[in-house]
Amino acid sequence: MGSWLKRAKEVLTGRSADVPAPWSSSDSTGSNDILTIEVDISPSDPLLPYLTSMNGVVYLSNLDLDSPAVQYFRQAGIKILIPFVNQGELIGLMSLGPRRSEQEYSTDDRQYLATLATQASPALRIALLVKRQRSEERERERIEQELRVARVVQETLLPKNVPNLPNWQISAHWQPARAVSGDFYDFISFPDGKLGLIIADVTDKGVPAALVMATTRNTLRSAAERLVFPGQVLAETNNLLCPDMPMSMFVTCLYAILDPVNGHLIYANAGHPPPYQRGQNELIELRARGMPLGLIPDSVYEEKEARLHPGESMMMYSDGLLEAHNPEGEMFGLLRIRELMVTPECGEKRIQHMLSELSRFTSSDWEQEDDVTFVCLDMLSYPYGNVNSSDEKVERLLAEYTIPSEPGNERIAMEQVAEAIQSLSLPPKRLERVKTAVAEATMNAIEHGNQYRTDTPVNIHVIVSKNQLKVEVMDYGGGMHLPEPDTADLESKILGLQSPRGWGRFLIKKLTDEMNDYTDGVHHTLELIFNLPEDQV
Amino acid sequence: MNQPFHAAIRQVNEQVIIDLQGDINALVNQELQVVYEQAEKGMTRTILLNFEKVSYINSTGIAMIVGLLAKARQSQHKMAACGLSDHYIEIFDITRLTDYIKVYVDEPSALLELRSQINAQM
Repeated sequence: MGSWLKRAKEVLTGRSADVPAPWSSSDSTGSNDILTIEVDISPSDPLLPYLTSMNGVVYLSNLDLDSPAVQYFRQAGIKILIPFVNQGELIGLMSLGPRRSEQEYSTDDRQYLATLATQASPALRIALLVKRQRSEERERERIEQELRVARVVQETLLPKNVPNLPNWQISAHWQPARAVSGDFYDFISFPDGKLGLIIADVTDKGVPAALVMATTRNTLRSAAERLVFPGQVLAETNNLLCPDMPMSMFVTCLYAILDPVNGHLIYANAGHPPPYQRGQNELIELRARGMPLGLIPDSVYEEKEARLHPGESMMMYSDGLLEAHNPEGEMFGLLRIRELMVTPECGEKRIQHMLSELSRFTSSDWEQEDDVTFVCLDMLSYPYGNVNSSDEKVERLLAEYTIPSEPGNERIAMEQVAEAIQSLSLPPKRLERVKTAVAEATMNAIEHGNQYRTDTPVNIHVIVSKNQLKVEVMDYGGGMHLPEPDTADLESKILGLQSPRGWGRFLIKKLTDEMNDYTDGVHHTLELIFNLPEDQV
Repeated sequence: MNQPFHAAIRQVNEQVIIDLQGDINALVNQELQVVYEQAEKGMTRTILLNFEKVSYINSTGIAMIVGLLAKARQSQHKMAACGLSDHYIEIFDITRLTDYIKVYVDEPSALLELRSQINAQM
């Protein structure tokens, strides 16, 4: 090898060709006599297949090809080309100008150059592979760095902390399968104290899913801040996402609104796995119909309601948990999720328990297939606290009822509330006042607030504190005009100057110690307050 | 829970009595109106509403009684009531129905008082 290298050096110390700009570049090797030129040869240039098929030195003067590259080499003063071919692939090309001696290249010269090409080709291939590997490594590092940044950015789109609600324990877990994720969850705190809960899953994983995730998250938030009902929020989000959703992508999403005061949940679902509610003695799947977001414009989302009581919980999860596989190819599945739900842990302990069960199931070398996300809600107790407390403001929820909006049902409400407050042993006259006020409030809620709509019940809470009985009657007539309670005038009614009706709010006002109206634009709550003597409770 | 409504006219001597029974709410308006119109045809100046067997009156029921009062005013009849529970007496007070409807504890006291009024006018 030493002899042909020496000879090659001698050959190469001949005059190299100057290469004109701009479509080529030169790189000094450190010697004034050797110039490496880089030439962009079009893949369709006929010179390439010709050189690939050749062994040894090629005289440019002998070539009869319609080749821009040949033309270039000739203009650059190149005399011969020596192709470096390895495993049938042209991996390099040496171009030389005329010899300094102005003599033709000898047979020995050509032979040495051919040998050089043959011997150097494998080394050149290895060098090229190493170079490509290093380049790919740098590219990979760059992408990984970008993904690390993307993940940090994506994490800023997730809640920094779980909401801190008295008497509730909320916990969440987000575990992307790759650097970035298509799963996300979100909490939205509303001015009326309610809490919006979102869990969503974009089809696919990685960067495309993460980009759709960011758009979906912002669209959902924007809709949730303007609209009240979860079904409306999902419908609007769907319509906004549909035009720009990439082909074959969509988003499953569950959106629920929790009233932390009473555990009431209203929810809608866009094709997401239904959450589980763990009741006192049962596990309930909270189902609601709806197409995934971004698929079909003008989709309609069914709304359902649920109620969590102290000791009960709800878990929302993504299909990454459901569809995790163990080494035997078995899926984690609904049965295991159901089993996890009935364990006594709650909050962060349940998350840890679930993760350890998932880890045990999938084994230690599990390559996570999909993003895994879950959000757990646990109601610890009613926020009304303990009535035995010396704090007179501490309230206790005695009972709650849902009354269908049908004529005559105010009597049911009246009797139920009477039963709930039996333990207060109110004087008969006081009890009758409470009953009539509750009946009138419920009747107004059924007739005016809900307008006898069967899908909008009246919700009643009976709350007691040290010196007060409070009955809240809630309907769906938020934002409606409410008549002043003091305007009922008997003379005017007898004379036909006023409608004979309109006694309800008048009576409530007279029968209660305090009457308050609250509305959030959708719901209207009438609060009836009855003062209790100190020894009453 | 809801008690069915029934209204009937009864005449005791010269006094027309409407016996009311069950719940008085929006559902009973038509029946109450028919019975009241029949009662007005009787030869009496005062129509006595007997609430002894009434279990529940809601604000719509109060409105119907106001409607009867308006009719009575037009036909120059008077109205009286008996058998109201203490709670509904309070409701009649609150709504000031007692300004227009004389309330008696029970039917015998109502009949006695109304009879003495008739006698006084003769």
